Amino acid sequence: MSTATATIPRRPTGLRRAASDTAVVARRNLVRTIRLPEVLLTSSTMPVVFILMFTYVFGGAVQATLPPAAAGRYANWLVPGLLAQFALFGSVATASGLAEDLASGVIDRFRSLPMARSAVLAGRTLADLVRSTVTLTLMLAVGLAIGFRWQTSLPGLLAGLAIVLAFGYAWSWVMALLGLVVRTAEAVQAAAYVGVFPLAFTSSVFVPTQTMPGWLQAFAANQPLTVATNALRGLLLGPGALHPGQTVGGQVVLALLWSAAIFAVASPLAVRRCRRTVS
Amino acid sequence: MNDPIIEVEGLAKDFGKVRALDGLSLTVPPGGIYGLLGPNGPGKTTLIRVLTTLLEPDAGSARVAGVDVRTDPDGVRARIGLAGQAAAVDEVLTGRENVEMVGRLYGLPRHEARRRAQEMLGRIHLVGAPDRPVRTYSGGMRRRLDLAASLVGRPQVLFLDEPTAGLDPASRRDLWELIGDLVGTGTTVLLTTQYLEEADQLADRIAVVDHGRLVGEGTGEQLKDRVGGAVVELRLPGGDHGPTLAALRDAGMDPSYDEHTGRVVLGAPDGSRTLTKALRRLDAEGINPAGATLRKPTLDDVFLALTGHRASPSGSGPDLPARGGRPGQARRAEAAR
Repeated sequence: MSTATATIPRRPTGLRRAASDTAVVARRNLVRTIRLPEVLLTSSTMPVVFILMFTYVFGGAVQATLPPAAAGRYANWLVPGLLAQFALFGSVATASGLAEDLASGVIDRFRSLPMARSAVLAGRTLADLVRSTVTLTLMLAVGLAIGFRWQTSLPGLLAGLAIVLAFGYAWSWVMALLGLVVRTAEAVQAAAYVGVFPLAFTSSVFVPTQTMPGWLQAFAANQPLTVATNALRGLLLGPGALHPGQTVGGQVVLALLWSAAIFAVASPLAVRRCRRTVS
Repeated sequence: MNDPIIEVEGLAKDFGKVRALDGLSLTVPPGGIYGLLGPNGPGKTTLIRVLTTLLEPDAGSARVAGVDVRTDPDGVRARIGLAGQAAAVDEVLTGRENVEMVGRLYGLPRHEARRRAQEMLGRIHLVGAPDRPVRTYSGGMRRRLDLAASLVGRPQVLFLDEPTAGLDPASRRDLWELIGDLVGTGTTVLLTTQYLEEADQLADRIAVVDHGRLVGEGTGEQLKDRVGGAVVELRLPGGDHGPTLAALRDAGMDPSYDEHTGRVVLGAPDGSRTLTKALRRLDAEGINPAGATLRKPTLDDVFLALTGHRASPSGSGPDLPARGGRPGQARRAEAAR
C-alpha cells in the first residue's frame, strides 16, 4: 500500500488547485458557447428585441411618468433596467447548462476525477458570467444606437455594469441549484422563467414602481431586481432617477448586500447538492 | 504475496424498493482484466459507481488500490480511470481537447497533458479525427476516445462500464482488441458486461453477480468446471418442462430450465453416461424429448446454472430484472456457497 501511495503525485491542494481546475472547466464551457453559435445568437437576440420593442412600443405612453433624470427619453430609463434584467436572465443558462451536462454524463466524468469539487460549479458560473458580460456589452451598443445616453461618467457606467454582473453571478448559483435539482434542460428553463419573469415585471425595470397599487409597490420597490436596477440607474442617470429619499450610494450598497446574501445562501447549497447528485 | 487491488466487503445499496447491492463481497487481484458479469440490472453499474466514488453505499466497505472509497475518495480518484456508460466525452469539443481536458483535471501540467493526449490518441487509431468535434465520430470512435481519456491519468485501476454496449459486432471486436492492447501496462481493469462472449474473451477472472450478490467467481475455465465437463441439452415437445425437471431431480440430477430457449439444461459430469441416464429416466416416466444433445459448456450455461436464468437478454430488456419466483431462485443460495 505504501508503495502504491508513493507512485501517485499528490496534487497541490487548496486554492491553487481549485483555481486551475475552475479555469479548465470554465474554458471548456466557453469553447462550447463559441462553437454553438445558435445558442449565443438566441441568447443575445431576446435582449435586443426587448430594447427595441419596449422603446418603440411603450416609450411614447410611458414617457410622461418618468422622472426628469431620464431627460425625456424612455431609452434612458429602459436600458439600465434591461441591463439589470438580462444580467438576471443570463443566469438561467447556468441551470440549463448544468442540467445538460448531468444528462450527458459529463458531470459524472468530472466527479470521478481528482479535481477540486467546487470547480464544476465555479467553472460553469464563471463561463456564464463571461457570456453575460458579452450580452450586456451588446445591449449597451444597441441602446446607444437608438438614443440611450448615460448622464454621468464612464467610471459610473463601468461600476454600474459591474454591480449588475455581480448580481447576475449571485443568481447563477441559485440557477445552479435549480439545474441540479430539476435535471432536464427544458424543464429547468421553464421553471427558471416562471421565477424570473414575474420578478422582472414587478420591478422598476420597465416603469417606475410608484404607479403600482400599494400592496404590490411594497414588494416591487424592495425586491432585489429593483434594487439592482436602481443602483445601475442611479450610477448612469444620477440621483434624480431614484425615489425621493433614496441615494445612489444607498442603492449600490443594498444591491451588493442582496448579491452577497443570495450568493452566500445558494452557493453552499449548490455545492452540496452537486456532491450528492446521482444520475 | 500481492495485495488485492480491489477489496469489497458487505456492500449494500438500495434505490427505493430495488436492492441494487445486497451485501456484495469481492476481491480483485492486481493486474489483468477482471470481468463482472450479470444480467441487465442495477447491480454492476451501482458497484462501479461506488468504487469510483460517484455513489455512497448504504453499508459495507470498499478499498481501491489500498484506499478507502469512503474516507479518502479523492485518493481513490487519483488512482482510477472511468469509461463506458457512466462517463461521457464532450460532443462539442474535439477528441484531442477532450483527452487534454481530462489530463488537466488529473492535475497534469499543460505541456504534459498535451504530450500524453498525443500519445493516447496515437494508440486509439483515430485516423485524421483527433481535431474534429466528437459529434462527427461514430459510436466505436467515441468509445475508443472515452478509453483514451480514462487512461490519460495512468490509473492503477481502470473501470469499464459496459464498454461495448450498443456497438455493432465489428466495432465491438475492435474495442476488445484495443482494451487488450492497452492493458498490460500494470493497470488492472474491472469490466462489467452482460455479454458472456465479452467476459470469456477478455477477462482473466470473472465474477458473476445476480440480484446484488456474488453467485460465482473464478477463471472462465473454473466456472465452466462447476457445470462439469459437458452439458446435456434437452428439447421438449410442447415446452412442458415441469415433469421433466421433477423426474431428473428425482434421479439426483440438477437440471435448469432456460426460459429464453425453452430447453432444459443439465450438467453432465459423466459425459454421455449422464445423457443416457437422463434419457432412461425420462423414458421410464413416459417423457420423450424432441431432441437431446451433449456439448461443451459455455459461460451462458454457467450463468444459467448459478442464477436460474440466462445472462444475455434478447434485444434490449427493461433496466430492472423482474423479481419473484423463478426456477433457479432456491438453488442460488446453494451455488453461492
